[in-house]
Amino acid sequence: MYRQSEIVNDPSKTSLLGDEGTDMIINVGPQHPSTHGVLHLVITLNGEAVKKVEPHLGYIHRSIEKMCESLTFRQFIYVTSKMDYLSSHMNNHCCAMCVEKGLQIEIPPRAQVIRVLMDELTRLASHQLWWGALAMDVGALTPFFLAFREREMINDIMEETCGTRLTMNYMVPGGVMADLHPNFQKRVHAFIDHFKRKIDEYDELVTDNIIFQNRTKGIGYISKEDAISYGMSGPAARGSGVQCDIRKLYPYEVYDKVQFEEVIETAGDCFARYLVRMKEMKQSISIVEQLIDNIPEGDFQAKTKAVLKLPKGEYYSRVETARGEFGVYIVSEGGTTPYRIKFRSPGFSNLSALDHMTRGQKIGDMVAIMGTLDLVIPDIDR
Amino acid sequence: MTRDELKIKITELLPLAIFEEGGEWLNVMIEPAEWLPFAQQLHDLTDLKFDYMFCLTCVDWKTHLSMLYHLTSTTFRHTIVVKSKLDRNQPEIETVSHIWRTAEFHEREVYEMFGVKFLHHPDLRLLILPEGWEGKNPMRKDFEDPVNMIKL
Amino acid sequence: MWSLQNIADSVQHWLYATFNPTIAMLIEFAIIGVLAIGLFSMLGLVLIYMERKVSAWMQLRLGPNRVGPKGVFQTMADTLKLIVKEGMTPNGADKLLFNLAPFIVMISAMVILAPLTFAKGFQIWDINIGVFFIAAISSLSVIGILMAGWASNNKYSLLGAMRSGAQIVSYELSAGLSILAIVVLSGSLKITDIIASQENGWWIFKGHVPVWIAFVIFIIAVTAETNRAPFDLAEAESELTAGFHTEYSGMKFALFFLAEYVNIFVVCALGAILFLGGWMPLHFGTGTKFNEVMDYIPSSVWFFGKTFFLIFVIMWFRWTFPRLRIDQLLNLEWKYLLPISMINLLLVTLIAILNWHF
Repeated sequence: MYRQSEIVNDPSKTSLLGDEGTDMIINVGPQHPSTHGVLHLVITLNGEAVKKVEPHLGYIHRSIEKMCESLTFRQFIYVTSKMDYLSSHMNNHCCAMCVEKGLQIEIPPRAQVIRVLMDELTRLASHQLWWGALAMDVGALTPFFLAFREREMINDIMEETCGTRLTMNYMVPGGVMADLHPNFQKRVHAFIDHFKRKIDEYDELVTDNIIFQNRTKGIGYISKEDAISYGMSGPAARGSGVQCDIRKLYPYEVYDKVQFEEVIETAGDCFARYLVRMKEMKQSISIVEQLIDNIPEGDFQAKTKAVLKLPKGEYYSRVETARGEFGVYIVSEGGTTPYRIKFRSPGFSNLSALDHMTRGQKIGDMVAIMGTLDLVIPDIDR
Repeated sequence: MTRDELKIKITELLPLAIFEEGGEWLNVMIEPAEWLPFAQQLHDLTDLKFDYMFCLTCVDWKTHLSMLYHLTSTTFRHTIVVKSKLDRNQPEIETVSHIWRTAEFHEREVYEMFGVKFLHHPDLRLLILPEGWEGKNPMRKDFEDPVNMIKL
Repeated sequence: MWSLQNIADSVQHWLYATFNPTIAMLIEFAIIGVLAIGLFSMLGLVLIYMERKVSAWMQLRLGPNRVGPKGVFQTMADTLKLIVKEGMTPNGADKLLFNLAPFIVMISAMVILAPLTFAKGFQIWDINIGVFFIAAISSLSVIGILMAGWASNNKYSLLGAMRSGAQIVSYELSAGLSILAIVVLSGSLKITDIIASQENGWWIFKGHVPVWIAFVIFIIAVTAETNRAPFDLAEAESELTAGFHTEYSGMKFALFFLAEYVNIFVVCALGAILFLGGWMPLHFGTGTKFNEVMDYIPSSVWFFGKTFFLIFVIMWFRWTFPRLRIDQLLNLEWKYLLPISMINLLLVTLIAILNWHF
């Protein structure tokens, strides 16, 4: 099922010119260093300037929605970790919340706090990876390793409690799968102390760098109206001044009890999106700090039946992942498996704005724009 | 606007609209032919301003297909779910990709997965599936793939 | 004294005493050829190892550490791998140009070694237009790069080559102008004369602010000329995968790679000769004890020390800065560096005429 015809590499057509005589059509991906996965973009170039970007998806499409139709309400949550693998906690969280909504389970306070802590740690880890990858996209290779130094600490914390480092599968309907590891609080404290010092280093190395600012300021502009129209969400939309933080708008778990700010920048360019994520990391640190010493005692899981049967109806729940609004829409016929499930992934909508944002920019800018959109391809393809 | 106010307002716009009870948000059932003018009104009217489409999908009910549009307003923060029943053999509905641009990709996805034809869509091609999958509609309930299918 | 000059002189003396002059000269040619190729490959090995260790050090890694003690033979193993790999030529490529390009790049890098002074009195060819020769030959490598990009018949390669063409041709100007600043001060194009003029102090100390400006511009311009980050637009792996050498593999790729490192060595050596006194030891005042201690250090150590310091600086750039965009790159050259270096050259000329330098 290789899309031979779409890849313009037929030797008989090796004319470097496109349709209009001056255009050059170039295939970026599916294997390309800056598509962060198997995204395939067909780009029409006029010299160095981008005229059109056409995404071709599906290289990692596993049809998770169809798969979930034959998995039970307990099982399908594990598959969702593999969508946005950098915010797998949030994906699981959203699905667990949707099932709980249907079963009307009230989850214990300890589980709520644990979930929020895990979400925020995952958000930190995801933003760290994004920071390193963006710097690599604009040509600085070192930040990637610095970001991984910090990310490794979070991964170790996750490994202790959840047993895995990337696809945690820790959230289950009714709470979380296991209690926190005894070392959890100590290690999170150590991480926060370490990272608070290092985040200033991040700013020194990349944010204040004149070349980096030149590469991102005024690049990939998208207005507030366009961002809304394209259904953008998360830091990408907040960089254009759209209020869209689900944690603030529709608070879930204990997000209405912690103090944090929704970071909003209005410039709408790559640098604004960059700043949103950098500031969001500081907000996440503050949330973790508020909660880490106040984890209530009690059960980590509510009592649930062995076989979950969602009452007939439709359920929608959403969370704020590191990339934006992640939604789960479940149609249940009253059985043990969902009748239809739809995942509203943030990356899919954000990607649709890529063409709009890259028009007229240089090919190097396109890479920076893709970096600030923080695309995760399995999340787009599902 | 609260749910009841929305209900009154929508009844003004579409007297024949059917409201489905239950669910988190107001569900409106409309005819496919009514969709385009209704969508335009939902988006443009100053007291509705449903400018953010956060979900667009389709459900195969074996007898018919049902299009779902989840709309919300970034100014008033009210949410509405618009549903439309489509004929399963010849599903057709007007595109709204010029009203909410995010719909362009979502409609392409629904087109290849469910075979819904979006009239006047600017670029209705396969987005995710490779060539040769036109008309196969893998997300429909009667789709069978002897090799890769997961069955419980 | 065991210095490189003495060794070279005694070998030459013995050759001319034993054979008739023609044969002696031919034998000398052969020896120099072998030495140049040996230096070329040694530089490649050393610099690549150095780059990997420097980058590892900056990136919290260990770098190569398996082959040999501290991984010193890693580059050797990689070279062996590249030699035995198949050198593929794509079907749609222009075969002649495609295969010729790496050699042009490599030969132009090699020829520049000729006028460099590696130690006191140790030089292949003391040509009287040494600096001019280096500037002229180093611009030839762009032909090889353009050739490689065009002949590959690959759009990434073409974009990379075109970028590289625009970049090298523009940055040559400010590199040339900052070289001229020293030529004006020392009054000669000959490398030995330039070094001799720094006997009582390097130009970077003697020449006041204009020479510092010339030095900074020179470093920026040569970084761009050798296609190193933050000016590595010709390769720009996050945009163009590998730019002009996307289609190259095996030894043909290795030649590009080697040529890049030898070019870095050459421009850094030139920087050391022009601004940091070449093989001249560091002196303060005259006749002090400190100067005597400095004189004990062999001249070749001084030369290589200075050169490798500059190479380290250029590597430091690479692992710190993000990449510029092509229009920003050209703006930087044509709107800032070129006017500044022109005015700077006038200032330097003024200093030279009025003898204001020390």
